[in-house]
Amino acid sequence: MLISTLQFDTSFFWHELFGPSNAFLGGLWRTVYISVIAQVLAVVIGLVVALARRSTLRIIRGVAGAYVWVLRGTPLLVQLVIVYDGLAATDIYRFQDVTVLGVTILASVQAAILTLALNESAYMSEIIRAGLAAVDVGQNEAALSVGMTPTQAMRYVVVPQAMRFVIPPLGNDFNAMMKSTSVLSVIGVPELFLITQEISSSTFHTFEIFMDAALYYLALTTIWAFIQTWLEARVDRSWGIERAQRSWWASIRERFQDPKTLGIGRRA
Amino acid sequence: MVSSSSFEASSTGGDTGLIVHAHDIHKSFGSLEVLKGVSLDVVRGEVVVLIGPSGSGKTTFLRCINHFEKPDSGAVHVNGHLIGSKLDRTGQRTEASARDVATQRAEIGFVFQHFNLFPNRTALENVMLGPIKVQKLSKEQARTLAMEQLEKVGLGNKADRYPAQLSGGQKQRVAIARSLAMNPALMLFDEPTSALDPEVIGEVLMVIRDLANEGMTMVIVSHEIGFAREVADRVAMFDDGQIVEIGTPQQLFDTPSQARTKSFLSKVL
Repeated sequence: MLISTLQFDTSFFWHELFGPSNAFLGGLWRTVYISVIAQVLAVVIGLVVALARRSTLRIIRGVAGAYVWVLRGTPLLVQLVIVYDGLAATDIYRFQDVTVLGVTILASVQAAILTLALNESAYMSEIIRAGLAAVDVGQNEAALSVGMTPTQAMRYVVVPQAMRFVIPPLGNDFNAMMKSTSVLSVIGVPELFLITQEISSSTFHTFEIFMDAALYYLALTTIWAFIQTWLEARVDRSWGIERAQRSWWASIRERFQDPKTLGIGRRA
Repeated sequence: MVSSSSFEASSTGGDTGLIVHAHDIHKSFGSLEVLKGVSLDVVRGEVVVLIGPSGSGKTTFLRCINHFEKPDSGAVHVNGHLIGSKLDRTGQRTEASARDVATQRAEIGFVFQHFNLFPNRTALENVMLGPIKVQKLSKEQARTLAMEQLEKVGLGNKADRYPAQLSGGQKQRVAIARSLAMNPALMLFDEPTSALDPEVIGEVLMVIRDLANEGMTMVIVSHEIGFAREVADRVAMFDDGQIVEIGTPQQLFDTPSQARTKSFLSKVL
């Protein structure tokens, strides 16, 4: 067989795919929770930064603008090394393992979540800023007209509506973030990529184990695609917009179609 | 900048019956002078309709009344309050904070040309939001109040519909109910029927007519001359940033004194 001449260990491949080792599952799990926590923090920080960029005070706008400029303008990899190794090397801050409620969070994992959240928050702030700008100014005025303060109008009227415009690009970013967790391996976070590398160097089944890893990354992003579709439909429903009834399969298939046939790339 | 007129002094003594007292309002956008000294008094229960060509300043003037636009000079009093201004502890006039302006706006209803309903909330929730967040009513109190207002505009049976599921006329009636729920002393309408299909204009005008009959004080920017004739106590003709003529509908429509009023009416009637 062709496969055997390529020295592809089929049984190793299937075994690790359907019965992964605990180490492999641990790496997968870390990839998932680091991504999710970092993304949630990024949305919160990003919202604050986006609001700061709309401030009437020039100094606040300036600080927020500089924040985005620096974090978007430097590589995640460089930021990671600065936060984890750089701060420790200059004795500014050294991450330590902490145990909360019996669960130990590794120093490298803390640094990873912090850096990913900060890095992603710069992108999120731009996405949220665009979402806020997409809400019609009449919505803000309508809120003010019933006596709301500008802060109330933002909180109860504008921000909730902006979320509808934010979810599609947010989903795009989260997809990218789950994959970019693989760079966390440089500061020693035992996530999916680093674990895969370790298995590879101890078994020499490099092709097989990385194919397994690729399939698991693909599974994560696919599951996220499902969740995103569900979220978008849910938000549409909360606006009284009922999407045409489609099977779950049709809604997923739509994602793989030529973008030109979909709304996002459509030109009138 | 802000003149403290004799009105201010007298209004503290008692009810003058003046709901709107706008004096010599000037407003420019960049180099374009949109309002060139507009004054208007509206007494309690009065309905004043503002007419005039596009760009003549009607809408900008309306937006100055509830401080959506800040006049460059002149003063607007609503219900005795100098809009956008407050007295500090030493009795000095200072610029009102955003919170103070919000409190002043709460007693001024504003109905928009494009409704501006909150699309992510049902008709009922649209009406409830102000009472809950501004008047701090409980959900139950706000729900009862909102249902009353929706019944009043004939939409009690659409309470659970979202704006996307309502016709233009229904949306505008919900928007009116949303303003009424705040129990305003004054209602401002900015071309409330201009974005509507002809067949639903009538239902919105009927709601406004009912309000007039109940004695609601209203300032309405409108191109509906027939409606203005029927519902207005006075009609003000705007042109080039000024009120060029003001009077009863009969005076203004039947025997206009100004050439500009005549030429405008000849085009719209």
